[in-house]
Amino acid sequence: MGKSLESLIEALLFASDRPLVAREINAWLSGETLSDIKQALIDLKTQYDTMERSFVIKEVAQGYQFRTRSEYAPYILQMLKTSPTRLSSASLETLAIIAYKQPIIRQEIERLRGVDVGGILKTLLEKGLIRIMGRKSLPGRPLIYGTTRKFLEVFDIKDIESLPKMKEIKELGSDEEQTASKSEEHQLEGSGPPPET
Amino acid sequence: MDYEVKLEIFEGPLDLLLHLIHKNEVDIFDIPIATIADQYLEYLDIMKALNIEVAGDFLIMASTLIHIKSKMLLPDLKGQDEEEDPRIEITRPLLEYMRFKELAGELAERELLDRDVFVRRLSSYFQAQMEDAEPRLDVNLFQLMDAFKRVMDQRLPGVQLTLRHEKWSVREKTEVIIARLKETGPIFFHELFSEDRSVSEFVVTFLALLELVHLGLIALFQPTQESDIRLVPSFDENGGNRNG
Repeated sequence: MGKSLESLIEALLFASDRPLVAREINAWLSGETLSDIKQALIDLKTQYDTMERSFVIKEVAQGYQFRTRSEYAPYILQMLKTSPTRLSSASLETLAIIAYKQPIIRQEIERLRGVDVGGILKTLLEKGLIRIMGRKSLPGRPLIYGTTRKFLEVFDIKDIESLPKMKEIKELGSDEEQTASKSEEHQLEGSGPPPET
Repeated sequence: MDYEVKLEIFEGPLDLLLHLIHKNEVDIFDIPIATIADQYLEYLDIMKALNIEVAGDFLIMASTLIHIKSKMLLPDLKGQDEEEDPRIEITRPLLEYMRFKELAGELAERELLDRDVFVRRLSSYFQAQMEDAEPRLDVNLFQLMDAFKRVMDQRLPGVQLTLRHEKWSVREKTEVIIARLKETGPIFFHELFSEDRSVSEFVVTFLALLELVHLGLIALFQPTQESDIRLVPSFDENGGNRNG
């Protein structure tokens, strides 16, 4: 078997412990063009998808990574002797708000959730799912939060732009433009596109 | 005997409102405000009776509900049709809240790493190496203050000759420290102060360090009790917190 570009990339993906980005791979395989590498990644991914092996190549956090298929989870969990990562619904809701509204300050999160989120933010920070992006130039210089690369990796998301689109709620009689009729309001409910899988 | 009960079902006022709306099977766009407000207040009474501390958030919502209820009862004095439905004050946040609950559900249903899907583990050989390289941070604020005092004592003994009067802000210092760590990588605690010339500058540098640790941009390591504290940058190229 010759060392095709696909095999080279396959070897790199296999040996890596994190998702690899096409540009990175290009730095190691400088003889190849970026577009060839991108194409090889896509081809390789398709091959694994059709091969029906127990693992596939997934596009996460802007890179590519070998991941097992979900139906094997119970066996792997047994082998690893761990229980799956769990987040409380409160944490998940907070995380969803941060993911969709970032950059966002704590006060805004609390307005949306109607409760104090100090403890939850701490947990999410410790888990490395969110990060502090800076401070806002408002009185008190509140901290600004956003999601991390790890968030994309854990939640199997290609990049932050590919999060399932959020339908806009602001049409609903926001103070400036409170014109939406009731029938329109109803249409807003449940209209977002389905989540990407 | 006093029992303190924590009712976890309703995390906040919006949660409770949503529950009442579902329970009464009413349209969120046409909330029977009198009924809902009464039931809401009943719940608060129950919570009080159960000795559950009712958070301020619940009380604010209660007053909002009562306010809306009274507004709805008053005849429309202005007689304007376009007047906003007072209920919008709770409908809008409820809709937003529901939307994010939905999104949270969508997130939870994704193929989560280490729950549904798995990546190849680092080999144990590598793991051991990494643990060696970064001994767990065991630096608390007091150790940090001790180290600070030592550096101050060493570097500013007795008389202090201040030639220039420079006033640093903590913010400027954090930027200086970040720039420096980007350049050099990890440094020792005492090195951090090598350029500092006055007591005030020492203090500002120290405060800047605390701020950076607080923001998670710097991690502190101390291999053993006696050794000097090491500052390890934990930000990526963009200056953000590095994770994962």
